Amino acid sequence: MKFEDYNPLEEKVFKIMDKKGKIINTDDMPNFTNDQLLYLYRTMLLSRTMDEKQLSYQRQGRMLTYAPNIGQEATQIGSAYALEKEDWIVPSFRELGAWLIHGVPLKNIFLYWYGNEWGSHMPEDVKVLPVSVPISTQLQHATGIGMANNIKKENNVVLTYTGDGGTSGGEFHEALNFAGVFKAPTIFVIQNNQYAISVPRIEQTASKTLAQKAIAYGIPGIQVDGNDIFAMYVATKEAADRARRGEGPTLIEAITYRLAAHTTSDDPTKYREDAEVEEWKTRDPILRFKTYLENKGILTKEWDEKMKKEVENEITSTFEEIEGKADTKIEEIFMYHYETMPPILEEQLKEYKDFLEGGKNNDK
Amino acid sequence: MTNKINMVQAVNQALINEMELDDRVIVYGEDVGLEGGVFRATVDLQQKFGKERSFDTPLAESAIVGTAIGMAINGLKPVVELQFMGFSYPAFNQIISHVSRMRNRSRGRFTLPMVIRAPYGGGIRALEHHSESTEAIYAHIPGLKVVIPSTPYDAKGLLISAIRDPDPILFLEPKRIYRAFKQEIPAGDYELPIGKAKIVQEGEDITIVSWGAMVRDVQKAVEMVAKENIYPEVIDLRTISPMDRETIVESVKKTGRILIVQEAPKSFSVGSEIVSIVNEKAFLYLEAPPTKLAGFDTIFPLPRGEQYYIPSPERIAATIQEIVNY
Ligand SMILES: Cc1ncc(C[n+]2csc(CCOP(=O)(O)OP(=O)(O)O)c2C)c(N)n1
Repeated sequence: MKFEDYNPLEEKVFKIMDKKGKIINTDDMPNFTNDQLLYLYRTMLLSRTMDEKQLSYQRQGRMLTYAPNIGQEATQIGSAYALEKEDWIVPSFRELGAWLIHGVPLKNIFLYWYGNEWGSHMPEDVKVLPVSVPISTQLQHATGIGMANNIKKENNVVLTYTGDGGTSGGEFHEALNFAGVFKAPTIFVIQNNQYAISVPRIEQTASKTLAQKAIAYGIPGIQVDGNDIFAMYVATKEAADRARRGEGPTLIEAITYRLAAHTTSDDPTKYREDAEVEEWKTRDPILRFKTYLENKGILTKEWDEKMKKEVENEITSTFEEIEGKADTKIEEIFMYHYETMPPILEEQLKEYKDFLEGGKNNDK
Repeated sequence: MTNKINMVQAVNQALINEMELDDRVIVYGEDVGLEGGVFRATVDLQQKFGKERSFDTPLAESAIVGTAIGMAINGLKPVVELQFMGFSYPAFNQIISHVSRMRNRSRGRFTLPMVIRAPYGGGIRALEHHSESTEAIYAHIPGLKVVIPSTPYDAKGLLISAIRDPDPILFLEPKRIYRAFKQEIPAGDYELPIGKAKIVQEGEDITIVSWGAMVRDVQKAVEMVAKENIYPEVIDLRTISPMDRETIVESVKKTGRILIVQEAPKSFSVGSEIVSIVNEKAFLYLEAPPTKLAGFDTIFPLPRGEQYYIPSPERIAATIQEIVNY
């Protein structure tokens, strides 16, 4: 595929597989082995099941606020799968699928949503930044990591995500502008899931597409069917290849849909019609991929069921590992602000411990 | 006529009150229109007053505040919402560089009768950036007023006054007590003075100054120490800046002791300012060192560590006893 063939001003959307799981663009179809395909499918199941479990734990009062990713699995898993292990991921906060592909352990993900800072302590060999809650601020970090790659003459690339709402703030503009100027090897994926909480995409910007914003920065921009795992993979792979060749950043607008609530604190029936949700359910990225795999005879019913059980066990056993066992220790609140703890923090920690131990409260 | 409502409803009532009285009042922000705000503070405004006077914006705090400046200069009275105080910083440039300076810069030619509302504070087991109390950062800015209510009654009266005030006001709403309790308050119009603290409870033994959600915790602590025959005077600041120094100083002259209770970090804080005022104006009346009980000088912990951070009524009570027994 060539980015030039998908001019965002013409609203040409890059697709490989239709919503029935049929390959409609054989030229660009990637050459995956059956093992690869099943691995991708399993990761999708893991992501979906994780979301469903978290939502139910939250309803039971066993988990806190949670932002599900349901409906966006292909966008994230397809794009992240195009990376090499040494490449970076700079997430927003709804990138479960990308985290799973790029090696973030389930335990970290659980700990994060469980409300413990250790969730963001990534294993040494996992190049994934922590969740960035202030919308779009992370995009500049992704540009900076890419700029550093250029300076250090390293060949790895950076994949970063934001939402449709995330394109409205100044940070978005600044990050893409810098990336264009400094030819940062950074791939920006906008997950256009149609809403920023209650605000629909059309009220976010008067631009016809989000991908066309790339034009202003002098970089390629493309709209991709975000519920098509093949299209997401291929577009991201092409962007990564460009970046590795020193040709700079790419903007990918993944057209997808948030099938669940914004977070567990949100009630989407206040701002969108059931009919719209039902329509998007027919384009469910997992269903589509599953149909493809079944038609090809790659996925059997038995394997599917076995996998569903396996991922469910993986999730429940990980949650059991942390539930009730992940309270923060008082010292940890103080320890990680500076390389060495300044005297004032040592003093405040000691005073507080004295108070808890029933000693004198010296907190003056 | 009165009605029994919580703080979010009180904010909503104040907004409706002002929008009915003055069609220059315009309310906007992220998810403010159709949804009525993520905390439902702006619910029904769009239905009542139309999309022109209450609407959703793109996700950009800087532009929300920056355009409010333009609106205020052009004769409207914008009341904008920032979804959480933790997301006010994209707008910080507009606030510190323009909101607070326009009157002075233009020698009164351009003024900004505008209100920036934002929920703030911890204790709701939230994600990162949803719990901090950074009022001191804003109180430090000359030309900006910072107001914080602690009850539904105060929220309504202070917000009405803030909207009518000729100067820009940052109106911080303690979200921990948005729905914590209801109060019987007037259904109609009333103002409360900006720049005046309120003596919540009179007492002889020690002055306690607090604001926002901490006022309730102070009151609980006061009940605890009453059993030891200690009777504190409790002051709710209501306006952080410009601060009502007189009420604090007069109280300290009477009690000879002062404790400031805040959930913000202890150092370089509003409490630090109060200690300084007391030292300047009531030094010779002091019988014990002015004391701050505050959040730690740390980042507000995620939920599994949150319980340690905000001073508890027990800790407040223990500190009161210590100061009284100094
Ligand atoms: C700077 C900033 N403002 C407001 C918020 C509150 N907030 C959290 S998510 C969100 C909507 C984000 O929408 P979008 O970028 O489309 O991503 P999505 O949630 O749909 O994945 C808002 C307003 C925030 N996190 N950061």
